[in-house]
Order: sequence, then C-alpha cells, then structure tokens
Amino acid sequence: MIPAFDFVILIFVVICAIAAITVKDLLSAVMILGAYSFFMCLMWAEMGAVDVAFTEASVSAGIGTVLLIAAVYRTTRRSRD
Amino acid sequence: MIRSSEDIIIRTVSRVLVPFIQLFALYVIAHGHYSPGGGFQGGVILGASLVLLLITYGPKETRRHISEKSVTVFSSLGVLIYSGIGVICLLLLGNYLDYGKLSGILHVAPAEARALGILGIEIGVGFTVMAIMFSIFFDISSGGKPPEDEKE
Repeated sequence: MIPAFDFVILIFVVICAIAAITVKDLLSAVMILGAYSFFMCLMWAEMGAVDVAFTEASVSAGIGTVLLIAAVYRTTRRSRD
Repeated sequence: MIRSSEDIIIRTVSRVLVPFIQLFALYVIAHGHYSPGGGFQGGVILGASLVLLLITYGPKETRRHISEKSVTVFSSLGVLIYSGIGVICLLLLGNYLDYGKLSGILHVAPAEARALGILGIEIGVGFTVMAIMFSIFFDISSGGKPPEDEKE
C-alpha cells in the first residue's frame, strides 16, 4: 500500500464524483460516472481487494455505463434542475 | 434506438473483438477458484460481449444468434444447474451444496470433488448472469416492445 498513490487516486475519485452530480448534460454525467468507477477499481486493486476491483471494473464500468446510456437515450439528455 | 451500424471500422473491430472477449470470459469462469473472478464476473463479461454485438449489428442480426426464447432458457438453465448440484448433494445424505459428498458419484477424492462442484456452481451462475444482463439491456434499448414491432 502506497500512501501517495492512494491520495492521488482519492483526489481523482472526489473530483469525478462532484463533477458527475453537477454537470448538466446527462450523457456526460454517465461518462464521468464510468471514469469514477474506473478510479474506484484502481483504488480497490491498490488496497489489495483484487476480486472487488474485478467486479467493479466489469459490472460498474462495463455493463452499468452501457445500461445508463441506453436509459439516457430512452428519456431526455438534458437535466432540468 | 439501436440500429445496425454501416461503418466498416465498427463492424470489423467488433467482429474481431467479440470472440476474444468471450474467450476471456470463459477463462475468468474456469479459473474462478484459483484467481480473482468467478461466475458472476465472467457472466457479466459474456453479457457485455453480447451487448457489443447488439449495438453494432442491431437487434435483427443479434436475434439470429441468440433469440429471446434462448435467453429465457439460459437464465433458467443456470438456476437449474446451481440448485441441481445442491439437491444432488442433499440426495447423497449431505447438506445443501456439500460438494464433498459428490466424490461418491464422480469417483475422485473429496478435495477434487469440491473443486469440481464449485466449478459447476460457477458455470450455472455464469449462464444466468449472462442471460439476464443481455435481457436487461435488450429490454431497455427496445423500450419493452415485442420484436415484431421493430422494422429496421
């Protein structure tokens, strides 16, 4: 476990999380959420939980992003609030 | 929303890539008890390869490879494999999913029977997860309409 690497990844995770809930375009929000789950995956792998990292990469960054993009295309792309 | 793509780059790349994704998914399922991975992750990767096929070639072409009837069959087959192995262990006077009792009918040592039992369970989980992931994406992207309504 490397504290400096942990710290950098944590900053990226927080930036992605804040950006994903503030951006107005929902398709961009889905993309930023995919980046968020990839950074989470890096963080799990770095902390030694390789199985959790694998699940995060395949489920959240793989299938979850595609499902959310399909949902955005079925509804509207602009956020109202 | 989803229609067949005309771009030759997209079609060629996905045609080349889908078999390798499925091979990797089979590797993840088969090595689930030695290394990270397992039935769930391998099933998700298999489902992702089918989703790639669907968003590249459109629903009509994909339905030729895996129809909605076979999706239902696969999702039930995985549950049947899982619960079947558990019930076989019950019938051999063990607990539910007590793989050690399988050594009586597989004619191997109990430790190896446990490894084979876990492999069978993961194959069942992989079948169900693949079918359900593909079914969720298919239903969201088609809006729940029956297949006859879509004229591509």
